[in-house]
Amino acid sequence: MNNRSIISGIDWWTIGLFLVIALFGWLNIYGSSYSFDQTSIWDFSNRAGKQLVWLATAIVMGGIILMIEEKAYDVLGYIFYGAMILLLIITPLLAHDIKGSLSWLTIGPISLQPAEFAKCFTAIAVAKFMSQYGYKVRGFRDLIVPFLLIGIPMLIIMIAQRETGSALVFGSFLLVFYRQGMSGYVLSGGVVCVVLFLLVILFSETSLPIGLGNMGQLLSTLVIHAIVIALLGFKQRDIRAVIIVGIGVVVCYGIGLLVNIWIPVNMNYIGIASLIFTVIYLLLHALVDRRSSLGWIIGFVILVTSLCQGCDFAFNNILQEHQRTRIEVLLGMKDDPKGAGYNVNQSLIAIGSGQVTGKGFLQGTQTKLKFVPEQDTDFIFCTVGEEWGFVGSAGLLLLYLALILRIIYIAERQRDKFSMIYAYCVAAILLFHVTINIGMVLGLLPVIGIPLPFFSYGGSSLWGFTILLAIMLRLDAARVNKMQG
Amino acid sequence: MINDKNYNRRYVIAGIAVLVVLTYIVRLFVLQVIDQSTQGKAETNAQLRQTIYPSRGLIYDRNGELIVANQPIYEVTVTVHEMQNTVFDTLGFCEKLQITPEAFNERMQQICNPRKNRGFSRFSPQVFMGQLRQEEIAALQQELYKYDGVYIRYRTLRDYIYPIASHVLGSVGEVNQRDLERDKYYAIGDYSGRDGVERTYEKALRGEKGLKVLMRDSRGRVQGRYKNGELDRSAVTGENLYLGLDIQTQLVAEKLMHGKVGSIVAIEPQTGEVLALVSSPNWDPSTLVGQDRSANYQALLTDSLKPLMNRATQAQYSPGSTFKVLQALIGLQEKVITQSTQYVCNGSGSRPIRCTHSHGRYIDLEEGIEQSCNPYFWSMYKDLLQRKGYVGENEGFKDCYQEWRDHVMSFGLGNRFDDTDIREQASGAIPSVELYDKIYGKTGWKALTIRSLSIGQGEILVTPLQLANQAAAIANKGYYITPHLNKSDSMKSEIHRTSIDEKYFDVVHRGMARVMSDGTGRWYNVPELQICGKTGTVENPHGEDHALFIGFAPQDDPKIAIAVAVENAGFGSKTACPIATLVIEQYLTGKITRSWLYDEMEKINLIKN
Repeated sequence: MNNRSIISGIDWWTIGLFLVIALFGWLNIYGSSYSFDQTSIWDFSNRAGKQLVWLATAIVMGGIILMIEEKAYDVLGYIFYGAMILLLIITPLLAHDIKGSLSWLTIGPISLQPAEFAKCFTAIAVAKFMSQYGYKVRGFRDLIVPFLLIGIPMLIIMIAQRETGSALVFGSFLLVFYRQGMSGYVLSGGVVCVVLFLLVILFSETSLPIGLGNMGQLLSTLVIHAIVIALLGFKQRDIRAVIIVGIGVVVCYGIGLLVNIWIPVNMNYIGIASLIFTVIYLLLHALVDRRSSLGWIIGFVILVTSLCQGCDFAFNNILQEHQRTRIEVLLGMKDDPKGAGYNVNQSLIAIGSGQVTGKGFLQGTQTKLKFVPEQDTDFIFCTVGEEWGFVGSAGLLLLYLALILRIIYIAERQRDKFSMIYAYCVAAILLFHVTINIGMVLGLLPVIGIPLPFFSYGGSSLWGFTILLAIMLRLDAARVNKMQG
Repeated sequence: MINDKNYNRRYVIAGIAVLVVLTYIVRLFVLQVIDQSTQGKAETNAQLRQTIYPSRGLIYDRNGELIVANQPIYEVTVTVHEMQNTVFDTLGFCEKLQITPEAFNERMQQICNPRKNRGFSRFSPQVFMGQLRQEEIAALQQELYKYDGVYIRYRTLRDYIYPIASHVLGSVGEVNQRDLERDKYYAIGDYSGRDGVERTYEKALRGEKGLKVLMRDSRGRVQGRYKNGELDRSAVTGENLYLGLDIQTQLVAEKLMHGKVGSIVAIEPQTGEVLALVSSPNWDPSTLVGQDRSANYQALLTDSLKPLMNRATQAQYSPGSTFKVLQALIGLQEKVITQSTQYVCNGSGSRPIRCTHSHGRYIDLEEGIEQSCNPYFWSMYKDLLQRKGYVGENEGFKDCYQEWRDHVMSFGLGNRFDDTDIREQASGAIPSVELYDKIYGKTGWKALTIRSLSIGQGEILVTPLQLANQAAAIANKGYYITPHLNKSDSMKSEIHRTSIDEKYFDVVHRGMARVMSDGTGRWYNVPELQICGKTGTVENPHGEDHALFIGFAPQDDPKIAIAVAVENAGFGSKTACPIATLVIEQYLTGKITRSWLYDEMEKINLIKN
């Protein structure tokens, strides 16, 4: 295949969006690392100068990737993956501790974060595995290997390198699995778990108007029951079961309230009792009436109930102190603008003070004067908000949306399953980064330090994302050639 | 990948992306477009607002001589937040300021305690040491860069060239809570005029504070000017104030009042400008400046002689014999007497009021004034009040009394002056018909009842300021301009006419001249000054009589009108009169020729310890 056909097959929309975002990003890095007494833009010792070097090398690297035979990724996929896992394991042994993280490898003058490249190679491995001949997601069994493929780097990064944010990114592959046939209940189940977790944490200190116990646990049992009844009614169309479960709940709480007249009753126990009743009933119902499809509802109830019960425990004992505070601050349980909430508070002031059109390039006081921490890496969106206002920040969000939608469009037009799955991985990873990063800056999500793709300062992340995108473009360009040939 | 049963799931995934972005855009809209509160917070974060204090306006006397200037002082301020970001060299800092580390710690604790220091903020400069002189901060200034969070602030304090005129000038002190609420101009720690002309002319004297807005970063380090100084304002120096005071005359007047309780007020009759205003005892105004202000002020506040009271404008005395000149004028105006009318005086055997001087049996008006003859003025007063007889409920008599009272009050007696810049004033009192009706019943009082008024005793009360003004009105032959301190023309707009025609004044002037040449003031006359005067001795039920004197000079073209009151000094002719003549001499000639008299007067000490 010659280079001319590659150029004609390249998706210029994606390249254009990439360049616009990356250059806008560089402008903001220049802005946020600019100090008021600086004179030259072309000073390569400062962050903006360095980032320019990173950007140029990234583009060169992308160009090289576009020239490599696309078959290489499919063929060498597992070898890349294996090598990457090895690198991830070695990294914490060689790395210096930087703010508690062991994820940096220093080679000569440059420092790289292998975790940023792990996403790309995991995506290749996942795509390779899921695109093999005859592979289909029929049940959970088929997803064991894909889950392992994302689980292994995730665990290494989380435990050995202590980089929770970078590890969580691998969760984005769930979207890819979903597209390939994984049950939608896993996704919704995940959402339900998050909602329940938040309910339990948020209302764990609120006492009930009647009886003992706390509002969080009570709400969680009620929500679980509501989901069970909804599933039985709408999915199983088993009206009898709906009535029996409903009566069971009413009776349980009725007894609880009645006894409460004489002895104070812990309503949380009543809630658990009613769930136990429901599980026993559903088990009997499944065995007697041979309704094996009830099995996963039972599984869901047991899993979620134990999760809720363990939630307080996990929150108080498993999460690290700073993670706990971040969640508490986010949920408004702790108001502490000078402490843990300081970053987010200053970030909101920065963004809010930008108003409709922003303060103008290099005019942002919040970011220039370093009130916002990490202002050129994880919190760079603040600079956009402060200096470019609503117009600039909403515009950037729309650029990301356009890029992600374009990648989904590219994924869907692939004839080759490997390319399609890989492209979805790219879309999912970008979506996850944008969601978590900007959600954090906007004070909607807990503070999880992951970069904004193509935008945040940092060579590893820029290289990693560029490679990720370039491989996809190369695969997409091959599609055109295949069609021609 | 069309032939795929999960094909529609692409919409779910795309939908999630759209939903996330839409949610975030809504959030951005709320933050950036709807919520306006963050703008201010960002500014508070980034701005370091430094006040530039203007120099207070200077105060000059009537001849353009500087009497109140400014002296620079320095304040060392600390910003706790900035100090905590570095290793602070406490020992070095203490050495530069010559304090002990213990004192440093104690002061820092004081600063950081919000209960003791209510305006405390870790992010704004707090005064560590105030009122320092140039030489005291020089050592620190040189190495200021070593101490993060330490700044030196320049302020000005009052510098008094003369240790006098405290009641006129007043003082400058820190603003209190009420000032802060009333006037948004002030901030905690600002200075403002607390009393005297400093207070009256505060708005002109204070000028306008300037502002320098600097940018500071999250550690409080200054990063340059905010928006290139767009918000900066330079300070506007306060306007200078020119007083009518003649500082040399004031100096002599204060020296003469040394050791006495009382006051002197001198006025330029044509303009109403106060030439000298002394209330004794007083204080050196420079003692109420700087670090010792509050302690010294407290001492003045608790002093049993009440030095803070302005006796020149707030003390009230019966005018005594000085009132007789006014009585004469009213009698002439109401045609009860002419300048040749004679009354009989039986000397010390006179009834109901005896005479305290010895002179001929029949005396006319000029001699009556010269000799301060009580029977003369009683007889005249009786004729004045009874000329319409007592009819019914004494209406005729009360009419006459009311007319008399109106005449008296047309000289500015019995009321505060309201068109003046003299703040503290007592009103004095000219008893009203209603008052006597209340005391004696509607028909219970007659001329005889109120006979003391004829010689300026009884219920009548005046202030030295009013007496001086009365002297000015007599000097002007029938009008006065309200006495005031500021030399500017704005105060001179209104001419107050008395109810006495000009033609009646000459005889009174002659009488007052005779007081000085042949009467009670003859021992202290300086003929070339042409002083017209009238002494008074006010009966004081609590002790020794008060000595009063009013007068003006020169007779042909009066340049100064004066009132002197010396408490517990006995005869007016003994102290008040000589003091007045010395003040007049100083003002008119610029020198004292009778230094023996001056020394003698200065030495008189009437304050018992």
